[in-house]
Amino acid sequence: MLHFELVTPEKLVRSEEVHMVVVPGTEGDFGVLEGHAPFMSTVRDGAIQVYRTAGGAPETIAIQGGFAEVNDKGLTVLAEHAG
Amino acid sequence: MASLKALKVRINSVKSTQKITKAMKMVAAAKLRRAQEAAVAARPYADRLEGVMASIAGRVGIAPGASPLLAGTGKDQVHLIVVATSERGLAGAFNTNIVRAARKKADALIADGKTVKFYIAGKKGRVLRRFYPTMIAADHEMGHIKKLAFDDARAIADDVIARFTAGEFDVAHLFYAKFVSALVQEPTGIQLVPVPLSSIKGATGKADAPAAVTEYEPSEEAILADLLPRNVAIQIFRALLENAASEQGSRMNAMENATKNAGDMINRLSIQYNRTRQAAITTELVEIISGAEAL
Repeated sequence: MLHFELVTPEKLVRSEEVHMVVVPGTEGDFGVLEGHAPFMSTVRDGAIQVYRTAGGAPETIAIQGGFAEVNDKGLTVLAEHAG
Repeated sequence: MASLKALKVRINSVKSTQKITKAMKMVAAAKLRRAQEAAVAARPYADRLEGVMASIAGRVGIAPGASPLLAGTGKDQVHLIVVATSERGLAGAFNTNIVRAARKKADALIADGKTVKFYIAGKKGRVLRRFYPTMIAADHEMGHIKKLAFDDARAIADDVIARFTAGEFDVAHLFYAKFVSALVQEPTGIQLVPVPLSSIKGATGKADAPAAVTEYEPSEEAILADLLPRNVAIQIFRALLENAASEQGSRMNAMENATKNAGDMINRLSIQYNRTRQAAITTELVEIISGAEAL
């Protein structure tokens, strides 16, 4: 499972184990699964899709003013507004 | 000696003042708890942003083409001092301390031959107008804010960055009260622009091993350029949150002391009242007895 965190300046919105997250990167959407290579990208305003299980329906969270980092601990999305 | 009636009125007036200060103390204590929670909630974002900034800035370094937000304008002639204070008074020396710290910095800079401008955020910083009537660059209105949101900090940051880009100043400082505990608040000044790399934890040049293979999209420089203004905003947001907690802590102490002083005063006045009353009774008795003896 992928450890996914969504953080805004006001609070930690999400911190959970999920299957896959699709993030709207500035240069195109990208999906992050467990074991993704270290990666950093700016994020355009849009919606991230969180797949809790493989093949399940995604949960979408609208974000604004963001930035994503993938490291060995998982995916962290920093956004100015979320939800 | 004051009349009994006057003393009674006085005691009642002090009593109602004490009721007010006591209530204000309770309100401040409740608000302090909430302000502290908000400050704690903001920590994860700031920590992570700082971590990312440190690893990128450490690798990119200050290249000739780096953003002026990081590299500076190459001068340090004009200084902008952002003074964050509260909107309300009756918080002990809270605002006075922040303003004093800012003035000390300003006077030192002026003595060095620099130009100083003030950016006032919070109504109580307006006393600076009296000391430096010609140096106020802006007065940011914060009175309408009920619960501090990131957008409020963002508005200040955007304004400051716009002024920086327009070449209005070379260096920006931010003064606020750091929240140490409910009893201790420290007036603090930090450098806001250009972003001081030394203040970013671990940005001493050595990038950690996993970051070396990290892929960047669009590029390290572009990400850094995107993060720098955000970092300014989060610094301001953090300062405002700390300020809010400090303000309530300071008010709580001030009101606690005021309540205690009112209590002392009530005790003193009550003794005086009782003595006066006893004196009046004694005088009356003496009059009656001497009247009876005269018969």
